[in-house]
Amino acid sequence: MNTVVAQLQRQFQDYLVSLYQQGFLDNQFTELRKLQDEGTPDFVAEVVSLFFDDCSKLINSMSRSLERPENVDFKQVDSGVHQLKGSSSSVGARRVKNVCISFKECCDVQNREGCLRCLQQVDYEYKMLKTKLQDLFNLEQQIVQAGGAIPQVNIN
Amino acid sequence: MAVGEVMRMDIPAGGDLSVTSPELHVLAVDDSIVDRKVIERLLRISACKVTTVESGAMALQYLGLDGDKGASGLKDLKVNLIVTDYSMPGLTGYDLLKKIKESSVFREIPVVIMSSENILPRIEQCLREGAEDFLLKPVKLADVKRIKELIMRNEAEDCKTLSHSNKRKLAEDIDDTASSSSSSSSSSSLEDSSVKDFRSSKRMKSELSSPL
Repeated sequence: MNTVVAQLQRQFQDYLVSLYQQGFLDNQFTELRKLQDEGTPDFVAEVVSLFFDDCSKLINSMSRSLERPENVDFKQVDSGVHQLKGSSSSVGARRVKNVCISFKECCDVQNREGCLRCLQQVDYEYKMLKTKLQDLFNLEQQIVQAGGAIPQVNIN
Repeated sequence: MAVGEVMRMDIPAGGDLSVTSPELHVLAVDDSIVDRKVIERLLRISACKVTTVESGAMALQYLGLDGDKGASGLKDLKVNLIVTDYSMPGLTGYDLLKKIKESSVFREIPVVIMSSENILPRIEQCLREGAEDFLLKPVKLADVKRIKELIMRNEAEDCKTLSHSNKRKLAEDIDDTASSSSSSSSSSSLEDSSVKDFRSSKRMKSELSSPL
């Protein structure tokens, strides 16, 4: 039993570290993990779930605004990017946030093609992160079910 | 609570302030659902009661400042601190700050502004309007702890002055001492740029408020 828990904990730790190393997550994710405890074991999962819902909603509305080349509402797109950048920053979704920076630049110069590319990329990145974090939370669940504690992981 | 009644912390009858401090009730205003969830948790973990609203208009409604006489009844706890995002549709955090400082009933409530953008003129504008502090997003636990300590310290000092007859003059004196002592205390925790901004912005604040 002990070695199963230890193995799972090791797996969890390695996976989490790899997410930071590959640039999916930044320090703000660490800050969020600090806010989770035995009393609120689902806090991080709940926050990121809200974030992914937000992504989906904002991407849809920006997509509509960018749809017709002769009538792009760049103000609306800019507002969407701003919101997406803010929430990705708040959860530590580093890659999503970085795409938003490029996205804003395309918006500023009213580059519709650029915006569409960024939109596609932001969609890809948030879905990728969603999958990765789902795997992470599954590992967490397995550890808890095996009677273990979630390791505190220190990221340099 | 009656309309127009000033919201203050309860003062123990004997004037003894060594009792454990009551929990702060914080009103957090942010249009982002993600940020609302995070700030709520940050505040709860810091032993504060929290009410979150999604707009400046709702904040005013909650406080009973929106012109509707006879408050909704939602408000059962006095608010000790308002933390608001700057960029919001409709009323910005700055607009909300102004409305609160214009109110004779609510102007004493400290207001902290949060923003994802580190724009100095914006920070100056908010401090000039009476904001207690300015936090750069994403907000961290250390930021919230620092704000809470600042607010608790100010509230404790305000409580002391209530036992004196010449309340307003003494509050001003204590405020000046507090701003200079808080600048020196924050110099020991020079970890991130938001702390540095706070120190320089506090200095700016006392310079801005000094009589011409």
